Amino acid sequence: MDALFHASPFTGYVYPNETVIPWTVLIVVYPYLTGLVAGAFTISSLYQVFGFTQLRPVAHFALLVSLCCMLTVPIPLLLHLGHAERAFNAMITPHTTSAFAVFGYAAGFYILLLILETWFVFRPHIVQQSQQQTGIMRWFYSILSLGSDDLSEKAMSYDRKWLFTLAIIGIPGAHGLHGYVGFVFGSLKSREWWSSDLMPVIFLLSAIISGTAFVIVLYVLSCKLRKVSIDEACMKVMAYALWGFMMFTLLIEGVEFLSLVYRGREGIDVILEFVTGPLIIPFFILQFGVGSVLPLAIITFLIWSGTSGKALVVGITGSAILVLLAVLMMRYNVVIGGQEISKTSKGLLAYHPPIFGREGLLAAGIVLLIPLILLSVLVRLFTPWHDAPQAA
Amino acid sequence: MENKEQLEKQQRERRDFLSCLGSAIACGAATMAANAASPAAAAATAGGAVPAIPNFDWNKHQWAFGVDAEKCIGCLRCVEACKRENNVSPDAHHFRTWVERYVTLEGEEKARIDSQADPVNIEASGGEGQYRFANRYKDAKVEKAFFVPKLCNHCTNPACVQVCPTGATYKTEDGVVVIDHTYCIGCQYCVQACPYGARFFNEEKGVTDKCTWCYHRITKGLQPACVEVCPVGARIFGDRNDKQSVISQFIQNHRVQVLRPETGNAPNVFYVGIDKDVS
Repeated sequence: MDALFHASPFTGYVYPNETVIPWTVLIVVYPYLTGLVAGAFTISSLYQVFGFTQLRPVAHFALLVSLCCMLTVPIPLLLHLGHAERAFNAMITPHTTSAFAVFGYAAGFYILLLILETWFVFRPHIVQQSQQQTGIMRWFYSILSLGSDDLSEKAMSYDRKWLFTLAIIGIPGAHGLHGYVGFVFGSLKSREWWSSDLMPVIFLLSAIISGTAFVIVLYVLSCKLRKVSIDEACMKVMAYALWGFMMFTLLIEGVEFLSLVYRGREGIDVILEFVTGPLIIPFFILQFGVGSVLPLAIITFLIWSGTSGKALVVGITGSAILVLLAVLMMRYNVVIGGQEISKTSKGLLAYHPPIFGREGLLAAGIVLLIPLILLSVLVRLFTPWHDAPQAA
Repeated sequence: MENKEQLEKQQRERRDFLSCLGSAIACGAATMAANAASPAAAAATAGGAVPAIPNFDWNKHQWAFGVDAEKCIGCLRCVEACKRENNVSPDAHHFRTWVERYVTLEGEEKARIDSQADPVNIEASGGEGQYRFANRYKDAKVEKAFFVPKLCNHCTNPACVQVCPTGATYKTEDGVVVIDHTYCIGCQYCVQACPYGARFFNEEKGVTDKCTWCYHRITKGLQPACVEVCPVGARIFGDRNDKQSVISQFIQNHRVQVLRPETGNAPNVFYVGIDKDVS
């Protein structure tokens, strides 16, 4: 039997109603996914808008990664709601003062934009397939082409204009969406751990690094699976992007934490007790040490030493995996950590997520797998690869 | 306490009322697009529609609550009455109202705080459905001790109402923050936003829940259940529009405090006799 609620033990004094943590691992997964969306879109935009041609091998792939993650974003939220069937109430009668009311519109707009951009990117492929394939697949691609099978230079130039415009709109769209997720937390004055003007910036920067890291890992994995060689120049540009954004992320996170401690408002003693106690492993060791400083040091070494070949790929991929872990830990430490510090400023809760159940680790893990499943289907339908011609 | 039939009738009436009000709010919310994103604007959500409650006009009242902590003896009858009156789950994690005990021992700087939900008190009372403070300081040298009843503050600028994405929680014209259980999506953003820990999630209904100052009672001229059963008059309730009401007199004759004024929420529960440790 799944218990109706999961109460957490506490030390000190906490309000009686606080013992049931309201937002669980599903709400950890939600900002993690929106972060991957924004980060993957950044990689795609660096190619589409800013002309980083070295990113050509992953640009279209990153767009698909972003789309797959974005399609998954509403799932953890809907799973978490007490009445998922009423979710559209927030869109039918949005409460204009609520930071959360805009989510449906913002997410809907961004999903549409991503679909539209994906369609323009893959239109030549869709048209070709609608002419080459037979049977049901021919029908599938024909419908997807929306009757637009003109691949002339004039038509393609028109497409490029659209792509450029969509990518430009997408930059504030993707980043705004994720910055807004940071605002959902940062604007709450009830929790000292969340209440910070820097929260949207921290969310955004960590989003970019997680999305970049995700694209790196998936690109390397796809090359291994497809048995094609990995484009080193592309890997290097992604590593530079990762390195640069990580520096900013660490700096801003450091400034945020420093000002929290330096301000020393009511409850800071409990926060310090929390940080130097239960947070030692998840925050200092996993998020900061293993997940941030170590990959930063590895990438710095790789760039400084001019490493190339397999060592470069292994180093960057290993760092990217660590960054993915660090950002997941960051989301966990923010979402769950914020709720473990009591609103009384006089006590701490210890949340241990259940494995099973709607709000359990297993459910959260399955949600995180959904984008990968979607992606494995989409890369087969819309080949996003731009590999060197020596493909095996 | 009323008998079961009366209770059911009341609940039915409350449901009808909330449902009627919910529809009105749903329509009203669509015209609210011009509202500035401030708690004060959010608080005005309920404007306009007058609920059809016999012999009651919500425009004629402005309810408020007083707590005289000097009088509270920590008997917890209020907690029990509230749980029964409002069908709140009898466990130790869901409360519309609770009582905190502050004890400063000799030589200690900070007060030791607990509530009836503390495991030691639950053990002493014999179960989660029983409410009693354990005599845990009987062998200690107590310098100062007092009780503080807590409940929703029905703030003038409620942070919970501000963040509700659907408008399911709103402030009535007579100053009560209520939740339309038929419209709430159960996101619990309001639970997070309340700095007082007054809200909880009703897992059975899949919606959030909180004190309503027993709106189903006060609109019939009755007192909230917790006020009704308090044997020492530590809880005071009334209409601020009536200058002779007990609450108006209470606020006029005492130097009252509110909890966490720095939040800007502007609570409408006024305290007398609390100490620096209380927040």
